[in-house]
Amino acid sequence: MTKNVADELAGLELPVERGCPFAPPAAYERLREQAPINKVRLTSGGQAWWVSGHEEARAVLADGRFSSDKRKDGFPLFTLDAATLQQLRSQPPLMLGMDGAEHSAARRPVIGEFTVKRLAALRPRIQDIVDHFIDDMLATDRRPVDLVQALSLPVPSLVICELLGVPYTDHDFFQSRTTMMVSRTSMDDRRRAFAELRAYIDDLITRKESEPGDDLFSRQIARQRQEGTLDHAGLVSLAFLLLTAGHETTANMISLGVVGLLSHPEQLTVVKADPGRTPMAVEELLRYFTIADGVTSRLATEDVEIGGVSIKAGEGVIVSMLSANWDPAAFKDPADLDVERGARHHLAFGFGPHQCLGQNLARMELQIVFDTLFRRIPSLRLAVPMEEVPFKADAVIYGVHELPVTW
Amino acid sequence: MRIKAETGLCVGSGQCVLTEPAVFDQDDDGIVALLTDHPDDQSAAQVRHAVTLCPSRALSILRDA
Repeated sequence: MTKNVADELAGLELPVERGCPFAPPAAYERLREQAPINKVRLTSGGQAWWVSGHEEARAVLADGRFSSDKRKDGFPLFTLDAATLQQLRSQPPLMLGMDGAEHSAARRPVIGEFTVKRLAALRPRIQDIVDHFIDDMLATDRRPVDLVQALSLPVPSLVICELLGVPYTDHDFFQSRTTMMVSRTSMDDRRRAFAELRAYIDDLITRKESEPGDDLFSRQIARQRQEGTLDHAGLVSLAFLLLTAGHETTANMISLGVVGLLSHPEQLTVVKADPGRTPMAVEELLRYFTIADGVTSRLATEDVEIGGVSIKAGEGVIVSMLSANWDPAAFKDPADLDVERGARHHLAFGFGPHQCLGQNLARMELQIVFDTLFRRIPSLRLAVPMEEVPFKADAVIYGVHELPVTW
Repeated sequence: MRIKAETGLCVGSGQCVLTEPAVFDQDDDGIVALLTDHPDDQSAAQVRHAVTLCPSRALSILRDA
């Protein structure tokens, strides 16, 4: 059995701030070197298993004996206080927090919207959107330009608005509320943002129920009506998840991808020389930054043996996708950003039945943005020294607050 | 090589389609659909890769030869 190191971290408060912006926190590395699965103490109280080995992380995330239901007693929560947990418990669950048959029933009706084929049909429109925002960048004499506001945020926001049928004129509202929910602002602010966004989405779904359009939610409503199972609360939960997950994450990954490539010019040269390499470059950037670390926690519902460790029913498990993606057993020289690595087995989108529903939409947006941006503005460069780029060191979703660029 | 896809387990991530489109497809509901259950030798390595990438472990190799 693997040695427990319960006292290694005096209190693991997640997310742990990244020290170097281009590497996992030093504490992650230290723990993984000791064992792929450790026991850690949480500042929120109690203990949990900390999984940092790639193989072990996949084993946990694919195993139905681990629950995703945050409302269950003993679930390892580390970013929520009691009042926020109460708010969470009072709402219908998001797909993220469901298990087994309930999760499958919620996910199955939606996955047809995200097939590789359907997304390929969106490619020309996404290309138009990217070109439009780059046109705007090139049309201005103002320098530097904040890439976050000029490109990283508006592209995925407009794409998800069109797919879901959300008016883009409301983007300031839902962008700011989402940012608040995943930042470490006060719990009061997070609860308020959550409630406001929930009310907005409830209203949106109500409107679509009476005035359907050509969009994902209207199709879901029609599908449910046909099956005689119109579930307003369920649709609100779905809409909440898709709208919030659909722009903030991709926006952060666009900005970080640009930072990653600009700070590794030899890698950027490889990508620029052959757009055919962009898809693999995107996989490597996803692995390297793993922006949604810490969102995959589980609760064991039975005794489970993983990687030689006995996890008992009722014990919490925190899977670090970032640490797993830097596991040298799975990725040789993980600290090297290598766009030709050719490794797609990273866990940046998670693993198991909850693996990101929108992953192939995100992939396509990232590929189109990087290709188009560096083709149309080949002299793009940071307008400030790297050490002045404000990284979101402590946010739930990693990224940059702003990215001043010039050319 | 013979492969099997458990459609009941599939979560529609599309990893298999991205990995080996000559063998894997998705139906309109996003569920895995095999274009063949006897992939040829040319596809074998990619099929094995797709099996390891499948997040819901819905794919299996029945005979690897």
